[in-house]
Amino acid sequence: MAELKLPELAEGVNEAVVSFWHFKEGDSIKEGDEIVEMATDKAAFNVPCKFSGVLKKKAAQEGDTVKVGQTLAIVE
Amino acid sequence: MRYIDLGLSDYKEAYRFQCEISEQVASGTSGNTLIITEHKSVITIGRTGSRNNIFKTEGIEILNTDRGGDVTYHGPGQLTAYPIFKLENEARDIHGFLRFLEEVGIDFLSKYGVEAKARPGLRGIWVKDEKIGSIGIGVKKWVTYHGMAININPDLKFFSFIKPCGINGVKITSLEALLKERVDIEDAKLKLKESFKEIPLLAEAVCKRQ
Repeated sequence: MAELKLPELAEGVNEAVVSFWHFKEGDSIKEGDEIVEMATDKAAFNVPCKFSGVLKKKAAQEGDTVKVGQTLAIVE
Repeated sequence: MRYIDLGLSDYKEAYRFQCEISEQVASGTSGNTLIITEHKSVITIGRTGSRNNIFKTEGIEILNTDRGGDVTYHGPGQLTAYPIFKLENEARDIHGFLRFLEEVGIDFLSKYGVEAKARPGLRGIWVKDEKIGSIGIGVKKWVTYHGMAININPDLKFFSFIKPCGINGVKITSLEALLKERVDIEDAKLKLKESFKEIPLLAEAVCKRQ
């Protein structure tokens, strides 16, 4: 099991809002697939997954605010 | 930097074109590419935007789009620049890239003797208290898309249809309104392209200039 965390996006930016999940729980994911789009002020950023596996759990829903380093998804 | 002038374009077609170029830049089959276009009239809503910020449309199409930011208007007389740039190493700073775009807009306007600035807490390009340029980006595979729009001589009435960028009471201006003389849009495209070449991409370098 691996946890995908929100990476650092920019200096001084500590959080971002989940704007769009590209995958559903249960979907297979390959390393490098962009699984979720996060929005900060004026920027929408797609987060690539660092592992291959099945998306077990979305740890945040669309509209939720997530801090840098906080878990976005669990991949197994 | 490769440069593509799309002329007057339909927003959705230009979006598909951006996506194609973005994949090329991400895979390394193309280098950084700057697309400049004027769009046919359209109102777009960014990822943090609200339809409540659109008051009327008079038949103008409304589209949801995957850039950051709120509501904006695009139309003839406005230059929309889409830098499809790969962010590598220390340039992987998304807000650094937003600052880069502001610097490019400020540099471009200085070529016309207009002193523009960025405003703390409010993104975009401003001349005194009036907004002349808007920014909003997307990033896929550390390649940027979307970008910035600068008003050269659009019909400014369209901005009264919306609450631009969701900011209350914002006044929108254009280069022609400021200069009170005609500005050649083809010449403006070339000047904007030059500014993209002259301003350093690295956020750190941009910060040092400020």
